[in-house]
Amino acid sequence: MKHPVKITVNGTETAADVEPRQVLAYYLRDSGFTSVHIGCDSTSCGACTVIVDGQAVKSCTMFAVQADGKNVTTIEGLAQGGKLHPLQDAFHNEHGLQCGYCTPGMILSSLALLQRNPNPSEEEIRHGLSGNMCRCTGYQNIVKAVQSAAKELKGQQQPVSHEPAVSAAAGE
Amino acid sequence: MATEPTTLSFGQPVKRKEDGRFIQGRGNYLDDIVLPKMIYMALVRSPYGHAKINNIDTSAALKVPGVKAVITAKELAGAGLDWMPTLAQDKQMVLAGGKVLFQYQEVAAVFADTREAAADGVAAVQVDYEPLQAVTDPYKAMAKDAPILRDDREKKTNHIWHYEVGDQKTTADALSGAPVKIKQMIRFPRCHPSPLEPCGCIADFNGGTGRLTFYVTSQAPHAHRTVISLVSKVPESNIRVVSPDIGGGFGNKVPVYPGYVCAIVGSLTLGVPVKWVESRTENLASTHFARDYWMETEIGATKDGKVTALKVSTVADHGAFDGAANPTKYPAGLFGICTGSYDFPTAFVEVDGYYTNKAPGGIAYRCSFRVTEAAYCIERAMDILADELKMDPVDLRRKNFIPKEKFPYPSATGWTYDSGDYEKTLDKALQTIDYKNLLKEQAEKRKRGELSGIGVSTFTEIVGAGPAHNFDILGIKMFDSAEIRVHPTGSALVRTGTKAQGQGHETTWAQIVAEELGLDVQNVLVEEGDTDTAPYGLGTYASRSTAVAGAAIAVAARKIREKAKHLAAHLLEANPDDIEWADYKFRVKGSPDRTKTMQEVAFAAYTNMPDDIEPGLEGVTYYNPPNLTFPNGAYICAVDIDRGTGAVSVRRFVAIDDCGNIINPMIVEGQIHGGLAEGFAIAFMQEIEYDEDGNNRTTNFTEYLVPSSFETPRWEVGNTVTPSPHHPLGTKGIGESPNVGSPAAFANAVVDALSPLGVRHVDIPLTREKIWKILREKGVTG
Repeated sequence: MKHPVKITVNGTETAADVEPRQVLAYYLRDSGFTSVHIGCDSTSCGACTVIVDGQAVKSCTMFAVQADGKNVTTIEGLAQGGKLHPLQDAFHNEHGLQCGYCTPGMILSSLALLQRNPNPSEEEIRHGLSGNMCRCTGYQNIVKAVQSAAKELKGQQQPVSHEPAVSAAAGE
Repeated sequence: MATEPTTLSFGQPVKRKEDGRFIQGRGNYLDDIVLPKMIYMALVRSPYGHAKINNIDTSAALKVPGVKAVITAKELAGAGLDWMPTLAQDKQMVLAGGKVLFQYQEVAAVFADTREAAADGVAAVQVDYEPLQAVTDPYKAMAKDAPILRDDREKKTNHIWHYEVGDQKTTADALSGAPVKIKQMIRFPRCHPSPLEPCGCIADFNGGTGRLTFYVTSQAPHAHRTVISLVSKVPESNIRVVSPDIGGGFGNKVPVYPGYVCAIVGSLTLGVPVKWVESRTENLASTHFARDYWMETEIGATKDGKVTALKVSTVADHGAFDGAANPTKYPAGLFGICTGSYDFPTAFVEVDGYYTNKAPGGIAYRCSFRVTEAAYCIERAMDILADELKMDPVDLRRKNFIPKEKFPYPSATGWTYDSGDYEKTLDKALQTIDYKNLLKEQAEKRKRGELSGIGVSTFTEIVGAGPAHNFDILGIKMFDSAEIRVHPTGSALVRTGTKAQGQGHETTWAQIVAEELGLDVQNVLVEEGDTDTAPYGLGTYASRSTAVAGAAIAVAARKIREKAKHLAAHLLEANPDDIEWADYKFRVKGSPDRTKTMQEVAFAAYTNMPDDIEPGLEGVTYYNPPNLTFPNGAYICAVDIDRGTGAVSVRRFVAIDDCGNIINPMIVEGQIHGGLAEGFAIAFMQEIEYDEDGNNRTTNFTEYLVPSSFETPRWEVGNTVTPSPHHPLGTKGIGESPNVGSPAAFANAVVDALSPLGVRHVDIPLTREKIWKILREKGVTG
């Protein structure tokens, strides 16, 4: 028995008929947003983190039907007009990624953290990201990346908005 | 980190070229690949640790909508595929026939249109098991009355093999005559590398072309191609293995898993692509574990602390099948390196492997082929010896270091260490952490009744497998390769037999080529992982890539430079003997303004070559390393233990590594941070536990713990540079050093903190509960 759902992802409406048991993570992946990664089966690792109606959510622990009518942001929607978000630049500049598997979820959790707390201490960053597992970096450069992005974003205070992409490059 | 500011690229902290796709969510991991007509596979797994299979009924599963086929050992046996060879000269059941030997062992494969239908099919397969007594303790497995787990083997025993190295008699004599002796059973528990991305594959047999394309999370794509060819009988020329982006390996993605073989059989049979991606539970419960060594360790010494002998007798728990991906001659890997950084005149090391009802494996989790076990063993034992002698552990180590004049150093277990200056590395660590003040601070804390500990680990690593005369996997020698092609307009392509899973090869290999050929690092493209195009190599694990493939790249680049020199001579109308390479250009000796860049030469290689020079500009090298390389490190850890809760707080951790010359200091630091976090996890919170009935109690991340950013300490890292004398770039390898060296630093610190209570040894993991119990036993209540 499938249910129709309509979910806005990165500013564009998607629609599908889903089984009630399908989680949002697989809905997003099957809709082409393969940046949403699956790393565990106990809602522990955070690799599937997306932003739903402004809140960071582990999309493996939310059913697609629960996301009906909601606004979801994945990392594919972070760059604006072909320009990377300061968090994306910061992760690159501070070497805050190695295999890249935790990176989409880590960046989105960082985004949610900085929106809640634009000037976090190191301890607050480490606490704020404690739902996102990384096996490669030992977290030290991830913390530096968030600190660097926080500096860059201070004073900008713009919520993540979704203007239609004018080129194929951004948020595809 | 030390850098060479006058170089073009080598030694520079070049930002990673591969980052672009990952920070935009455009990585191409296995599960991102979707092929037309692709179906899904899921596995039925055993709930029992040891049981007979009386019957498998797939009829209900075949009726589930969307299910296309179900196979068991019976169907595989027809094609001789019910068993497959392991990388340890053993064999392993692909699907269980007759009995199951570990909980979560693969029993049947279900093929269906969708992921959900495959899962529903798995739930509908009915298996009639008859439970048998499980054996989960290797000491029980060796008992005369133990059930024999492997009745497929000729010898009816749970003993797999015996390995020994060193001099048994001289060591025994030295130990019996030693004025000071310590003996300790040191346990390295079973743990698991658990990269964030689980294992998976897509098998795509194309009936039109007769080719099998196998997409797989593999750290060693060529080795996989050869094994698949041997097992499936499809000729290697008709097999293409593609390793896409991999979300972490750490040794977990070296073996060929039963799921891979089932997916291939499925595709060959059904004629459509078959995707199999395991769950985290399957990853933790059935893919290859790490460690599980019981190391009975004895050190003999003089009264003033000079070591005279080392004996280590180890029981190795290998699970139900010996899958340890070791070089053939070394069933216990490079465990014989356990004399470590010390000048032992004699040593004897023996290891006995046993079967138990647990998942197979043994070589994984950044272990450098059991060097993690070896380094942990000797570093823990040296601290125990220091305690026995009432000597400062730093002084004891310094007294016994292999002095730098003795390199190349022939160890008592037959290794020739290439180079090392252990005192220099140790001194830098002591200076960085201000050891004298740390001791003062500790004395003051102890006066106040606080539990404060300092732990040191001065380890030697052995990487870069390996020279052909000693190293092969399934007979394939452990060389590696590089193919470099310079294009007419001065950019280049590099392909190697390695396969990164986060180590940054797309940047570091480009840096080597840029440096050797005077090219722009941004214009050197690196490709790995596609066996149709990449030259044959043994893959990326055991910190071998820079040591072996890095050397191949340098040698291949130098071949290009030699040919380019002749082209430059032609362009400069000079004799090739009068051409020198200086300041990243070719120039005529004595006429510094008569130069040609590599870009100009490259263009000429396609447009203006003399008759006696082949067109094009390419170099290929298959590099057989003359020796392994021996990085070393000095780690110092300071901890405080809460008297009430047993919680350990890592106050400081200084890591000074010596990996010889460094290609990219930023990437090296990142590798160290990551490896230290793994060592931290292993030391404090990780163990794969089975109960005596064979139930795995740690099959997901709520039971098998991975530290988050919140628990993980801050690392203070630095380095010394002692180049490898035999490596073309003087580099040694770094990836595994932090996991090799750090568990002992943590353990030594915790034991040091507890030593005023009379504690001399505690086995890892040092969980809060374990420490709390010790405190209670010793009458400490807060």
